[in-house]
Amino acid sequence: MSAPSVDFKKDAERITHDLRQRGLIQTALKKYEVQRNAKTAAYQDWQSARQTAAETKWEAINHLDKYLLEFVEKLEARGTHVHWASTAEQARDIILNIVRQKNAHSIIKSKAMTAEEIHLNDALEKAGFEVVESDLGEYIVQLRHEAPYHIVFPAMHLTRGEISELFERELGSAPTDNPEELTMIARRALRQKYITADVGITGTNFAIAETGMISITENEGNARLTAALPRTMISLLGIEKVLPRLEDLALFLPMLATAGAGQAITCYNSLYGGPRQPGESDGPEDFHVVLLDNKRTHLLADAEQRDALHCIRCGACLNVCPIYRNVGGHTYGTTYQGPIGSVITPHLRNLQTWKHLSMASSLCGACTETCPVKINLHHHLLQNRRNAIAQKPVWWEKIAFKGFAFLMNRPRLFELTKPFARLGQKLHPLIKGTRLDPARVWTKTRELPELAPESFKELWRARR
Amino acid sequence: MSEREKILGRIREALSVPAPVPGSHDHQAPPVLQHRDDDVTRWLPAVGDTPEERVERFRANAIELRADFHFFDTREEAGAKLLEIATAAGWKKVASHRGDLTDGACAALGLPLLRTDEPYDVHALEACDAGITECDALVAQTGTVIVTSRSAGGRALSVLPPHHVVLARREQLVRDLPAAFALLKENYAGNFPSFMSLITGPSRTGDIERILVLGAHGPKKLTILCF
Repeated sequence: MSAPSVDFKKDAERITHDLRQRGLIQTALKKYEVQRNAKTAAYQDWQSARQTAAETKWEAINHLDKYLLEFVEKLEARGTHVHWASTAEQARDIILNIVRQKNAHSIIKSKAMTAEEIHLNDALEKAGFEVVESDLGEYIVQLRHEAPYHIVFPAMHLTRGEISELFERELGSAPTDNPEELTMIARRALRQKYITADVGITGTNFAIAETGMISITENEGNARLTAALPRTMISLLGIEKVLPRLEDLALFLPMLATAGAGQAITCYNSLYGGPRQPGESDGPEDFHVVLLDNKRTHLLADAEQRDALHCIRCGACLNVCPIYRNVGGHTYGTTYQGPIGSVITPHLRNLQTWKHLSMASSLCGACTETCPVKINLHHHLLQNRRNAIAQKPVWWEKIAFKGFAFLMNRPRLFELTKPFARLGQKLHPLIKGTRLDPARVWTKTRELPELAPESFKELWRARR
Repeated sequence: MSEREKILGRIREALSVPAPVPGSHDHQAPPVLQHRDDDVTRWLPAVGDTPEERVERFRANAIELRADFHFFDTREEAGAKLLEIATAAGWKKVASHRGDLTDGACAALGLPLLRTDEPYDVHALEACDAGITECDALVAQTGTVIVTSRSAGGRALSVLPPHHVVLARREQLVRDLPAAFALLKENYAGNFPSFMSLITGPSRTGDIERILVLGAHGPKKLTILCF
């Protein structure tokens, strides 16, 4: 068995018994659910909005070469440096080179899951640069040397008490249990960082091909400051972020906010089309856009699962997932958690090492139902299972299923097994879940329904 | 071969196999998309057709977002309100940019003024009590203010000072987001500013126990004076 699947089982077991952490997740996600339902209800037709969003992303992803080129051409025309990176390592090197060339001392960063994906902060810190996360939740998890717990709510697993202790220890602030005071402590700590940073690094929510702009969605204003004050701005984005036209944002901005956070629209949605232009008084002198493949083209090549690239990283599938709600975000051990993470991680990393995530699902379909761009998530989990087995068959499973098929195709033989099954079920409790139980992996946490005293066939025969 | 060519090559190779369109059950279905351009307006939250309904919708959104929205009959009343706010809050220094609406209003305040549409010192801007800007449009549907680096004194003016005040004319209030993007395209076609932002309420966060706190990194207060 591979290491990530062992860790997953161990951590899942621990967190499902951690009632405090589960309580925090449940409270946060219940609040989300109420707000999201209210905002979704305000749409004249949410389902049609989803269909239009899905079709728009389909159009973008299935003509990705054309739209990417249009996006890049427009950006370059106004003085933006565009870099292409096939791998995480290349993206890190590109960014390190820019930072070195600029002789930077400090770097301010706004939230970017793509940066988590390529472990950018580690690389920058190892090279001797100070990187400060400016999104409040990201700042908190950075101070704790932790990965984000959720792609949208990075610090949802922490109480105000824990955050107060953290700030007391790391920033020397006075203890408080008031979220507003805690926010102001972070605000004060970060204000000077924006002003003194030489380089600002941001993520990207959408890349507009038609006008050559990146769009950044946020609530706090930290990304706006990151894009306004430092002299150099670097934006990192996966190649799948493209939308064909500017007006597509009229649908995607409100849908991202509604699905992601239960808001009608997020506080700041900002478009950046270049460095400071002639006649403009502020903004970076240099603007770099780094386009990241990092195996996205591998997922693109799988036509069956290509729609997983439609993902706008709203996090809605995490919020409704019974698995995520019980095992929490860190258990996944991946950059992207929840159903979308379980679907794409095998493509972005390795199928055999990460297939267990596709097994850890009840296949209830809540993710597919909530996805604003209609990604067929729970079917993709099934397809991952199928692909994993096809690539690396399990011999005993093969024999078991062959035996099962053999039995089911022979009614007389099947009849003969019934008394054994009933006897077996009576005796099973004696060894259930112990080492003597051949099916203990399965029976440890599950109950088989009791076999009826008489089968349908027997009842039918008696009636006639 | 450059990385650009390699990535584009992989994309083109991947796309040689077509993917089913969303919602199609037949994997061989031809790629026919259903949506039309005017659809989005019909899916998004409804907004009334009259100017009065738009104002009321904007007002309701502003209340929910905890922004202050004031609608006046005349420009003088809006200017008087700005003076009232400045006096009540005890502003000592403000920042703004040159503009038809801002010039008069800022002069009437009689306070030291920093202009951000010419080279300025960031520390001086950080020390200002308010940033006063014009805007490109107000969006009734969402209670949004649209600013650009050209219309609102650059990138930092509307986000660095603790209070952002927007001066707008009533004609600038558009119905919904599709109308707002159409307007931006019309106004800037072929020559967009390097920065455009949709501002919806004062800066906020819910990162600590999902409890709403205003003024995370941007302005704690957003005031919209419309006439």
